[in-house]
Amino acid sequence: MGWILPCVGGLGLLVVVVIAAVIGIYNRLVTLRNRVKNAWQQIDVQLRRRYDLIPNLVETVKAYATHEKETLERVISARNAAISAETVAEQGQAENALTGTLKSLFALAENYPDLKANQNFMMLQEELSGTESKIAYARQFYNDSVMTYNTSRETFPANLLAGMFGFEPAEGFEIEEEAKEPVKVQF
Amino acid sequence: MYDQISSNKLRSAALIVVFVLLVALIGFVFGQATDWGYLGLVLALVVAFVMSWGSYWYSDKIVLSMSRARPVDRDTEPYLVNTVEGLAIAAGLPVPRAYVIDDPSPNAFATGRNPENAAIAVTSGLVAMMNRQELEGVLAHELAHIKNYDTLLQTLAAVLAGSVTLISEWMLRSFWWGGGRRRDSSSGQLGAILMIVALVLAILSPIAAMLIQMAISRRREYLADASAAMLTRYPPGLANALRKIGGDRNKLRSANKATESLYIVNPLKGDRSGGMSALFNTHPPLEDRVARLEAM
Repeated sequence: MGWILPCVGGLGLLVVVVIAAVIGIYNRLVTLRNRVKNAWQQIDVQLRRRYDLIPNLVETVKAYATHEKETLERVISARNAAISAETVAEQGQAENALTGTLKSLFALAENYPDLKANQNFMMLQEELSGTESKIAYARQFYNDSVMTYNTSRETFPANLLAGMFGFEPAEGFEIEEEAKEPVKVQF
Repeated sequence: MYDQISSNKLRSAALIVVFVLLVALIGFVFGQATDWGYLGLVLALVVAFVMSWGSYWYSDKIVLSMSRARPVDRDTEPYLVNTVEGLAIAAGLPVPRAYVIDDPSPNAFATGRNPENAAIAVTSGLVAMMNRQELEGVLAHELAHIKNYDTLLQTLAAVLAGSVTLISEWMLRSFWWGGGRRRDSSSGQLGAILMIVALVLAILSPIAAMLIQMAISRRREYLADASAAMLTRYPPGLANALRKIGGDRNKLRSANKATESLYIVNPLKGDRSGGMSALFNTHPPLEDRVARLEAM
C-alpha cells in the first residue's frame, strides 16, 4: 500500500500545475483583450479631439478668408458626417473625406498671408496635423494589439480555453496604406 | 522583448553591486593609508548606498540637469510634444516628459528608471534640422530605449561611473594636500601605500568607463534602431536623420564622458578615430546603422 501516497501526491501536484496554467492563460487573455479595448478607445479620443478642433479652425479662417464660404461649409459637413457615422467602414470613409477637405482648407490658407501668420491659426494647424498622425498611430497600435491578442488566443494551449471562456477573435483595422510622404507643416 | 527587459533589470542590479564593491574598496584602501582605519570603509559603504539609492530615484534629474535640458510642454513646443505623444500612442507607452537642450548640434537621449518616469531630451538643433519623418525616427529610437528599460541601465551607469571618478579624484586631492597622514608609519611604508592607492585610482577611472561600455553594449543601439523602424513603419526616416546627424560637425557642449553613451549618436564627435579606440566606442559606426536601416 506504500505506493498510494506518492501517487496521490503526484496527481495532486499535477492538478495544481494544470490549474495554475489555466489561471495564467486566462488572465493573459483577459489582459490582452482589455488592451485591445483600450487601444480602440485611444482612437476615439483622438478622433474626438479632431472634431473639437475643427470649429475653432473654421472660426479663425472665417475672420480672414470671407470669400471661402464653400470650402468652410464642406469642412463642417464632413466633420458632422464623421461624427454621425455608425459603422466602422462608414466612419473610415467619412474620416478620409474630412482629411481631404482639411487639406484643401490649408491649401487655400496659402492665399491669405495674414491668416497664415496668425498665431491661433498656426497653432490649430499644428494641432490638427499632430492629431491626424496620432489617429494613424492609434490605429497602428490597435492593430498591433489585435494581432497580439489573436495570436495568443489561437496558439496552443490557449486555443483550448479561448473557445470555452468565450474569447472572441478581435477584428483589425483595414487601413489603405497610403505612401508616407513628409507631412506638410507650413509656418 | 520581455527577455530584454528582465535582463536589463538584472544588469542594472549587477551594476549597483559592482559600484558598491568598488567604492568599498576605495574606502578600505583610503582608510588603511590614513589613520581613519575601518572608518574609511564604513564611510565609503554609506556613501555608496546613498549614491546608489539616489541615482536609482534621481538619475534622470541629475542627467537632465547635467545636460542643461529645460522642460517643454504643449504651449512652448507643440510640434515636438505632439510628435512624442503620437509615438507614445503607437508604442502603447505613457507619454514621456519632453526636454530641449539649447544647442545647434543635433542629438537626443532618453532617461528614466521606467516608462512611467521617462523623459526624452532633444537638442534645439535636432528639431530645427529634421523633418517630421526624421524627428519621428529619432524619437521612436528613444522610445524603444524606454520600452526596453535601456534607460534605467544607461542612466545608472552614467551617474555611478561619474561618481566613482569624482570620489577617486577627491581622494587623490586629499592625499595631495597631505591631510590625515598616518603619523607613526615610516615614510617608506607610506610611500608604498600611496603608490598602490594612486595605481588603483589610475586603474579605476578607465574601469568605470569600461563598465559603461560593457553595460551599454553597442548592440542595444541596433535593437533600438530596429524597434524605431517597426514603430514608425518607415525606416528611411531614422536613416535620413542619422545621416544628417553624422554630417553635422558641431560638438554638443553640455555632453561629457559620463553622458556620451546616452545619446543617439556620440555627441563628442571626432575625439576618437580608428584603430584600437574603436573598441571603446559607445556607438556602432553610423554608416553601419544607416545600412541596416536601409536594408529593412
